[in-house]
Amino acid sequence: MSNPTAVLDEVMESEPPQEHSEPTILSGPSVARSAEFPAWIREQQATAWSQFEALPFPNRKDQAWRFSSVDALDLSPYTQGPKLTETQRTEMLDRSVALDQVAGRLIFADEQLLRRDPLPEALVKRGVLLMPLERALLEHEDLFRRHFMAQPATLGSAKFAALHQAWVSSGTFVYVPRGVVVDLPIEIFHWLHAENAAVFPHIILIADELSQVTVIEHFRSAHRERAGFACGVNDLVVGQGAKVNYICAQNWNEKVLSVQMNTTTVSREASGLSLNVNLGGAYSRFESLSRLTGQGARSDLLAVSVTDGTQEFDARTLQDHICPHTTSDLLYKNALTDRARNTFGGLIRVEPHAHFTDAYQTVRNLLLSDDAEANSMPGLEILADNVKCSHGATSGQINEDEMFYLLSRGIPLPVARQLLVSGFLNEVVDRLDHPAITALVHDLIEAKFARR
Amino acid sequence: MVNQASPLELERNVGNFAYPETHTHDAGVGLTEKTIHYIADIKEDPDWVRQFRLNAYKTFLSKPMPTHWASKDLEAIVFDNIRYYLSGGVQPKRNWEDVPDDVKRTFERLGIPEQERKFLAGVEAQFDSEAVYSNIKKAVGEQGVIFVGSREGLKDHPEIFRKWFGKVIPTGDNKFSALNSAVFSGGSFIYVPPGVKVKHPLQAYFRINAENFGQFERTLIICDEGSELTYMEGCTAPKFNTATLHSAVVELVAMKGAKLQYITVQNWSANVFNLVTKRGIAHEDAEVKWIDCNIGSRLTMKYPGVIMKGRRARGEVLSIALAGDGQHQDTGAKMVHAADETTSNIISKSISIGKGRATYRGLVHIPKHLKNCKNNTECDALLINSTSRTDTYPAITVRGTGNSVQHEASVSQVSAEQIFYMQQRGLTEAQAMSLSVNGFVNDLVRQFPMEYSVELKRLIELEMEGSVG
Repeated sequence: MSNPTAVLDEVMESEPPQEHSEPTILSGPSVARSAEFPAWIREQQATAWSQFEALPFPNRKDQAWRFSSVDALDLSPYTQGPKLTETQRTEMLDRSVALDQVAGRLIFADEQLLRRDPLPEALVKRGVLLMPLERALLEHEDLFRRHFMAQPATLGSAKFAALHQAWVSSGTFVYVPRGVVVDLPIEIFHWLHAENAAVFPHIILIADELSQVTVIEHFRSAHRERAGFACGVNDLVVGQGAKVNYICAQNWNEKVLSVQMNTTTVSREASGLSLNVNLGGAYSRFESLSRLTGQGARSDLLAVSVTDGTQEFDARTLQDHICPHTTSDLLYKNALTDRARNTFGGLIRVEPHAHFTDAYQTVRNLLLSDDAEANSMPGLEILADNVKCSHGATSGQINEDEMFYLLSRGIPLPVARQLLVSGFLNEVVDRLDHPAITALVHDLIEAKFARR
Repeated sequence: MVNQASPLELERNVGNFAYPETHTHDAGVGLTEKTIHYIADIKEDPDWVRQFRLNAYKTFLSKPMPTHWASKDLEAIVFDNIRYYLSGGVQPKRNWEDVPDDVKRTFERLGIPEQERKFLAGVEAQFDSEAVYSNIKKAVGEQGVIFVGSREGLKDHPEIFRKWFGKVIPTGDNKFSALNSAVFSGGSFIYVPPGVKVKHPLQAYFRINAENFGQFERTLIICDEGSELTYMEGCTAPKFNTATLHSAVVELVAMKGAKLQYITVQNWSANVFNLVTKRGIAHEDAEVKWIDCNIGSRLTMKYPGVIMKGRRARGEVLSIALAGDGQHQDTGAKMVHAADETTSNIISKSISIGKGRATYRGLVHIPKHLKNCKNNTECDALLINSTSRTDTYPAITVRGTGNSVQHEASVSQVSAEQIFYMQQRGLTEAQAMSLSVNGFVNDLVRQFPMEYSVELKRLIELEMEGSVG
């Protein structure tokens, strides 16, 4: 099983910060870094860069950024991190420990691929692909072109999506052919290493008809005190009857600014489940678009967050029901303490003719201090009938009776508190049908408590 | 879908008639500083009111249209095509006999004098820009209750009204509150002295008769310590092809321990933009309750709010919206908790029929360091046809460990099983449908005063008959 103490051993203060004078990301992507890319992608990136420059900066008056601390989004310090030295690489590889058993593994640090643990021979023979993005765009151009950022970012971060597209230079490409079941999870690590480094994590995951796959991404910082910027995009495509689990374990240090944009497209009779664990980051924004495009499609959107200090977590979601007879179920639970802020802006949209939709949205905030702040904007837009839709949002605190019960049994206050918070969050984590990952997520959450 | 000859249309059209205009005062088309001086001259406004209007006009010009979050339909309003002031004189009559014949006929057709005799403590009837009739029953007046128009209120009782005028809703609150502050005319100013409990409701009736007209009434109600009041307003207008604008500002003040209930039954014709700002302040132990029923208009944007300023204050919004073809009912509530142990409750039910669109938009704000504040929000939407639309956009901010909020919303349609069951028992589909819809709103409608709940039930029954098949 996993070993949380090793995972979270981030105390590396002895190493002096590296000096480098790369131009910041706001001066535009360097030509050198995409020199070996085909012309069409370089054109796309150039277009994306001009879009980034043209699009306005987020404004709190915009509903998509309401309640969000947009002032935190100052991108001027961030640069492309320098190439890691051999010792740094070895050290990062040694620290990339999470799941014991995986089908394959990719490890990135500051946008550089450090290692690829290939898939077992049996899966490779059946046509399963796991490769860096830059190879996929040469070898599987068709699939790449069809799915790479195919959905426009509609939840507010169009500007960041353009920035990502202009800068992205590596990432993960996973393809599972028809009928193939990948039992063990595929694991990906993204490390932020250098001071003020910017990374642009990307994953394209295509699960063809009737296939099954689970992918877990870890977002971590090599050093506790170094600032960084992460701007990631996911394209998850769940083919007919396929089943995809995607887990994002966001555990950046508390200086990192992150914006993550996920799109999941779920086809007929298919099931897509995503679980987001948000523990780190000074400011982290997470946008999740779930498109249900075929009858019988089901999407589960799960998230837990534990925020303290002055951390801010900003989640925006859209459950887009495009086809009749589809189901989506969102459950977000947030535990906030100190001066943490949390914003949830979610929408269930039932398009015209998407009758017989079942859509649910539940947000629960647990406020553990007087200065914690929770903003909830659960929304519904229903343009069809014969639908069952509901949403609920609550904000409250620890139940005094439950606390009293635990204290009266001799359990000290901090432990009792942690037990109750864990109990609150477990409802979400336990929805995941994958014991090893569930255990890992529990460990990550506990380690976060232990750090306090 | 809705058949022209259905009884429903008759019902909706109860206000769809107009008499020729005989206004002696007309500010002309469009809005400039001259328009404002014209209005202020006619009304013989004190200087501070004139200045207030002029400042508000500047604010109005500087504010953008809220189209970044609201319906794009707002862009259909052309401020230059609207007439901002029309009246036949500024002094309302105390007797129905003195009201000019055509205006009297208007209100008689709407049944106002009859209702006054039956169950009201006082009535004000506004025709375009000014009240044509205003009366309060002698016994109520003798208790010290003041019930006048905005002009008299500011002119004759500045010591009472000036203190709160524009304080609950500042001029710059939004573009339309600024517009109202610039050109307001008519509306009610009410003061209930300490301890006075007004047994019967006071009522105002707002009528738009002229085409291309904007009605901007201004209402300020102050319930002094321990007093109680119920106020009702009704609205109708004839159906014109051009857009008519109704943009009111309503401010309520409930002093310590007062109870104030404000009931609106809005049945504007389908060409009216109804953009209203309504807010109340509840002091210690006071209660402000909005009962808001929106049936008419092309676009309604109205979010009655309560600021709970004193301990144990209570705010409540009960809202029913019915959106038919071509209508968008964008309604909701704002609850701002500003003291310990304050509680608020929002219950909203909407029904979308045909191509109608109903939207709930809400705000609940509980700042930090408050203890034992509670909010409950329930929004239920019923969709009748496959082309109907409903949206819910709440925004809830909570800080601190002492407070709790819960928000729930559901969307459903009339269950096929229910309809089948009732049809099997011999009801027609339309009867079954209207029974089912009435069941959906029943618990809310029961809280309305008798006369209104009966009316509303009938309206829903008729609406349903037209919508089936």
